[in-house]
Amino acid sequence: MCGIIGVIDRSSHKMDGSGIKSALAMMDERGSGEGAGYVAYGAFPEFKDYYAIHVFFDNIHEIKDTVDRELSKWGEIVFDEEIPTYEQPNLRKVHTPWRYFFSPDPLLMPRSMTPEDDIVAHLVMKINTTIAGALVFSSGKNIALFKASGWPEEVADFYRIEDYDGYIWLGHNRYPTNTPGWWGGAHPFNLLNWSVVHNGEITSYGANRRYIESYGYKCTMYTDTEVVAYLFDLLARRHGLTPEMTVKALAPPFWDEIDCMPKKEEFINRAIRLAYGPALMNGPFAIIVARPDAIIGFTDRIKLRPLVTGELGDRLFISSEEAAIRVMEPDVTDITMPRAGEPIIGRIVA
Amino acid sequence: MTIGSVPSKFRVSVNHDQCMLCGRCIENCPYGVFRMENNQIHINSRQCVACHRCIAMCPRDAIDIKERPVDYRSHPVWTPEVREAIYNQARTGRIILAGMGNAVDYPIIFDRLVLDACQVTNPSIDPLREPMELRTYIGKKPSRIEFEKMNGDIELKTALVPNLQLETPIMIGHMSYGAISLNAQQSLARAVKETGTFMGTGEGGLHESLYPYQDQMIVQVASGRFGVDINYLERGAAVEIKIGQGAKPGIGGHLPGEKVCADVSCTRMIPEGSDAISPAPHHDIYSIEDLKQLVRSLKEATQWKKPVFVKIAAVHNSAAIAAGIARSSADAVVIDGFRGGTGAAPKVFRDHVGIPIEAAIASVDAKLRSQGIRNEVSLIASGGIRESADVAKVIALGADAVYIGTAALVAMGCRVCGTCYRGLCPWGIATQRPDLVARLDPETAGKNVANLINAWTLELSELMGAAGINSIESLRGNRDRLRGYLLDEAIMKVLDVKPVGA
Repeated sequence: MCGIIGVIDRSSHKMDGSGIKSALAMMDERGSGEGAGYVAYGAFPEFKDYYAIHVFFDNIHEIKDTVDRELSKWGEIVFDEEIPTYEQPNLRKVHTPWRYFFSPDPLLMPRSMTPEDDIVAHLVMKINTTIAGALVFSSGKNIALFKASGWPEEVADFYRIEDYDGYIWLGHNRYPTNTPGWWGGAHPFNLLNWSVVHNGEITSYGANRRYIESYGYKCTMYTDTEVVAYLFDLLARRHGLTPEMTVKALAPPFWDEIDCMPKKEEFINRAIRLAYGPALMNGPFAIIVARPDAIIGFTDRIKLRPLVTGELGDRLFISSEEAAIRVMEPDVTDITMPRAGEPIIGRIVA
Repeated sequence: MTIGSVPSKFRVSVNHDQCMLCGRCIENCPYGVFRMENNQIHINSRQCVACHRCIAMCPRDAIDIKERPVDYRSHPVWTPEVREAIYNQARTGRIILAGMGNAVDYPIIFDRLVLDACQVTNPSIDPLREPMELRTYIGKKPSRIEFEKMNGDIELKTALVPNLQLETPIMIGHMSYGAISLNAQQSLARAVKETGTFMGTGEGGLHESLYPYQDQMIVQVASGRFGVDINYLERGAAVEIKIGQGAKPGIGGHLPGEKVCADVSCTRMIPEGSDAISPAPHHDIYSIEDLKQLVRSLKEATQWKKPVFVKIAAVHNSAAIAAGIARSSADAVVIDGFRGGTGAAPKVFRDHVGIPIEAAIASVDAKLRSQGIRNEVSLIASGGIRESADVAKVIALGADAVYIGTAALVAMGCRVCGTCYRGLCPWGIATQRPDLVARLDPETAGKNVANLINAWTLELSELMGAAGINSIESLRGNRDRLRGYLLDEAIMKVLDVKPVGA
């Protein structure tokens, strides 16, 4: 099951985390109290130029030095702190969440067009695959990510997300089947500026994973959602596709539809399917992806998971359920249900 | 004659109470098993190859065939096959020829792999109600797409090269005119046209009567270069360079002169009655860079309009070889596993050289991915694809499509008797004798082969739907949807699959 919700304020006015907390709690029926999470864009204005690297430590005394050293090899740790948490009766703190504000040295990756991003992506893969007891779960600029094993309201209170402000929020209420109870398995998943919340199961995971791994990504979180973040990073960042084109690659039209399109459109769609066939995602899913200038919601090609959208003023809401949107914004208008594979994109205009 | 005669392989009997003396068995058996004497059918069982033609044609079900009615003293090491091979070679001093594919009882990996299905957490998809895409494109694909803005319009900057468009990932492999009859080729041609897929010509040229089907034909250039001219290349939908064959890796081919009738001689462009010998290597390909030149030459000759395939036998080092081929201009690599069929191969090669297709495809796919060049070529798996489950499994291991050979022949009546090399095929398939060829009606046989492809395609759709997949791309290389059942750990590592229950 799982419940997802996302909101963007297209004029970049910030919202605190209390709204999304109550919206997500509205969808408790879709979860099992074993995982929830939130992400806020614009949460660290004072450190907005630095990568906010979030790490779950199993044991802070043993591992942290190793991570510090690894980071210091590639740049400067500008500031770091334990992420403030507040004890909750039913939530056991099994990890110490930590955040670094990190400035990579671009000269250390001379042949790259995007050296800083590539250094941070490399560090994420390196730490997650080689340093046992440390898991990087977020690595973007000006992005705060909160997740743990528990009900949405418990996780929100554990981190006190109402203390953070963001112009984009995503939330996820988990009904785990794969890795219950593991904090790393909770959503959102993040890599660099991309965050993903996902309801469903990707039946093409094996094909997608093998594809993405041939580009140097390493899947470390034992769950299918991870590949979505990496696919967006590859297609939209490294290959420079627009969000619309990226969604076309991940949930493309059927060949029968492509065959009937006007010549030019047909040609583009055929090219995307030929090049990105291994990136096509199959199985039931509804996904919301965020990046600093937009949120993108879409479903699988035959819409086996629900997704509704609503608008009010500058705000665009995307969610599994209309009821959740209404908790957050009772006056919401324009409730629509996007068609299968149709991308819903909310962009920052100011 | 110290060895004496060995027991006959089969015993044929006729139930004289059932028999109505119609004589159909006599007419139908080209091996001379049956004769009529004193108003009764008499039998020479030693001539029998168990092709079942007589059984299929007997209106009264009066004929019985038993295998090995008189056997040797059983022994686990000195099997009857081993003993008979020795008697044979002691007599002749020659290489033993055999037909069809590998006949040694190696474990079949396909039968130790099981497929997945959805339950609860994701719904299975009903192909009767939802679209199910098996369309497959064979050829080079761009590894990324680039756009440019032209006067506010988005234009595709990346150029696409021609691909073959298949409506099902099942193609028919190369069986030449000469090895099989013209009627057999015409049957296959009708089938591929009806089902929206392709077939290979083999190294035997393209007979004029197949020109109407040329858009479904992959023309082959092999080491003998038989039948190759610019007309041939231009007519094909794609061109395939054959380096090797799974049934006999490392050696060439030999079509005996008796099979080179006037028509075969014209199509192959060789004198009538002469042996057609394809050398073991291409004598202009002694290295990977030579292959690259031939690929380019064929591309130039066809103005870069046609995909070029390279077919190799599955051998120990296939992965590295395929990676080399992927770096040429070739569009697809065909890997032919050691169970691949043939009209005639030395028995020692057929049974002992090469590796199974399952392992070969898995290692080739993994190697190409590790080098980031998987998109540079399509992978076609062949050699021992017996049923739709094999197709699904080999695609999950990494293939784009399959070639079937023996299965298509069986759909035309072939009983896998393994006697193709004698040129007397009673089913009109592996023969050039006009009266035998006439037994195969291209319209009926073509329909049978098309039925087989359609049936497998339906089964494949159902398997995909059950696995919650509605596009073949999502099955390709999706080894998570396979599990190994009683496979050893080393093989599972090569296949990159988990054991059942994991």
